[in-house]
Amino acid sequence: MPDTDNSDRLERKRGREAWRVRAFTIGPAAAMLILLTLLPLGLMVYISLQERDWSGSVIWGNYSFEAYIRFIFERKLDDSLQLNADYVRIFARSFWLSLLTTGLSLLVGFPTALFIATRPPRWRATLVFLTTVPFWTNLLVRNYAWILLLRDTGPINAGLQELGVIDEPLAMLYTNFAVSVGLTYSFLPFMVLPIYAAMEKMDFRLVEASFDLYATRLQTLWQVMIPAAWPGIIAGCILVFVPCLGSYVTPALLGGGKSMMVGNLIGLQFGAARNWPFGAALGFALLTLILLSMLFYVFKVRPEENR
Amino acid sequence: MGTDISISARNVIKDFGSFRALDDISLEIHKNEFFTLLGPSGCGKTTLLRLIAGFEVPTRGHIELSGQDITNVPPFRRPVNTVFQSYALFPHLTCAQNIGFGLARLGRGKSEIDEVVRRMLKLVKLEELASRKPHQLSGGQQQRVALARALAPAPELLLLDEPLSALDQKLRKGMQIELKRLQRETGVTFIFVTHDQEEALTMSDRIGVMSDGLLQQVGTPREIYNHPANRFVADFIGESNFLAAGVGDTAGEYTAVALDCGYRHRVPASRQLQPGDSVVAAIRPESLVLTDSGAEDSIAATVTDAIYFGTDTHCHVELDNREALVIRLQNARVDRVDLNPGSRVGVRFDPDAIQVLGD
Repeated sequence: MPDTDNSDRLERKRGREAWRVRAFTIGPAAAMLILLTLLPLGLMVYISLQERDWSGSVIWGNYSFEAYIRFIFERKLDDSLQLNADYVRIFARSFWLSLLTTGLSLLVGFPTALFIATRPPRWRATLVFLTTVPFWTNLLVRNYAWILLLRDTGPINAGLQELGVIDEPLAMLYTNFAVSVGLTYSFLPFMVLPIYAAMEKMDFRLVEASFDLYATRLQTLWQVMIPAAWPGIIAGCILVFVPCLGSYVTPALLGGGKSMMVGNLIGLQFGAARNWPFGAALGFALLTLILLSMLFYVFKVRPEENR
Repeated sequence: MGTDISISARNVIKDFGSFRALDDISLEIHKNEFFTLLGPSGCGKTTLLRLIAGFEVPTRGHIELSGQDITNVPPFRRPVNTVFQSYALFPHLTCAQNIGFGLARLGRGKSEIDEVVRRMLKLVKLEELASRKPHQLSGGQQQRVALARALAPAPELLLLDEPLSALDQKLRKGMQIELKRLQRETGVTFIFVTHDQEEALTMSDRIGVMSDGLLQQVGTPREIYNHPANRFVADFIGESNFLAAGVGDTAGEYTAVALDCGYRHRVPASRQLQPGDSVVAAIRPESLVLTDSGAEDSIAATVTDAIYFGTDTHCHVELDNREALVIRLQNARVDRVDLNPGSRVGVRFDPDAIQVLGD
């Protein structure tokens, strides 16, 4: 039966074409992913498992867990291991500073987003645009500006002394506080924009309905507006928290040596300390921390969203 | 002031910038009443409702609830609940949680809330959908949840802002009956806002007709339909034919009114009608009778069109003075007269069904 034969061949030809189209469309993205994400990641894991010679260069092919051991233990001269919490402490500090920054951003960002979302529509675009204005200046310049503001002889301390609130200048620069303020300032738009996007979609008649049903302003905020903004709040928190964990410039400038964060420690290992395997291992540990945070979000926070 | 007054508005004025949305509204609504505010869109009826709910504050005047001035009381302290046009159900809460929202904010105990929610779900016949979210419900079901939510805190007054406008024709008829039943069963005062005159006529105890920020007439559906206070009401409620007329002399208790088309009418004498005034005679299409041309007491006319509507036929005629009339004929009796365009007919007026209105 030539007819069936023909349609069979046509079918197979069509199948091959579909496959070709698929390869053509998915191909570039897949290649990007492999080349720019999986490959470097693999390389990082590989380097973290290599030995390092005395001058700091990687001895390729000599596998060792030394970098990971170093993360928790300190190797004494007699080769015995002693618990060393310094690096873990830096990780913990990064974690708490990032949480604090996320909290501060939320505290400032939510009212800002709410304010923008409640303006007349013709104003909103302008206000959203204005929140991005700080990005027009280089991150480095903005952080230097914070140094000038926060230092002992800066305008904040001078102003407070002038008003007689304090006698001695407050030590604000090179503290965790300075780092958190700097990070909040840098990442605030990442909090404002997703919350605004969620609030803008909210039907403000729900607020009237809530007032109508005996909810006070505060109850309306908790019972109606925050649930409506919840997806935006979650997105904003992720967008602030994750880059915060790995931030480099802000803690380097505003934290000095005392408030070092993971990003600075990793930078140090690849630079001055010349210990690539250890730097790679730290990078991998950071990745794990972020992954764990995300898993926590997926399994603990997300279900609440669908409550 | 009797104690049977639920809500009263006293000389209420509301301005939005230079636009006057409500112009000196005074109104009293009785307890247990199904009161409808009827008017075209933009007439101010929703604004009046929002003032009663507390979402807006009047520019001038007072609003009293059971004799107490509530003009400046915020909405969350008024025993008044609203069914919103868009329902405004909380999307993150289930039906039961939506219905319990008001009671929870009033600080009622969990067992009481559960009890009331169950009763409300039964009242609106949605028991099996208690744990659904609003987006999983049809429009009619959402409507009923919105009703239950507003009724659950047992308000003194329930405000309904065009709640049926989003429903299709058939569902709407069902909900009209349902609303009426709910009002009877709960004994709550309902204030219902609509632009649909048929809805207003079938459901209300009393109707307030509004236009341009003014309350044009307040009365029972029968009063408003049979005795419209002015041309706007006669035109907006049902259909009316308007014929020009002039006021003649008064003899005894009656004043003569001569319709331009030749019909002689008389009305009880009143100070508002002075000889020589030009007035309008409003006549409902169903109160006119179509006869053969030249029949006794009839005005001669020519058929211009006849439109078939199922239960009845609307016959358009032109009187000899070129005034146009619509006559509604029940189809059972249509065949007696020739309705082809151009045929000569007679129109007979029912003197009891003519309303003489100031022009």
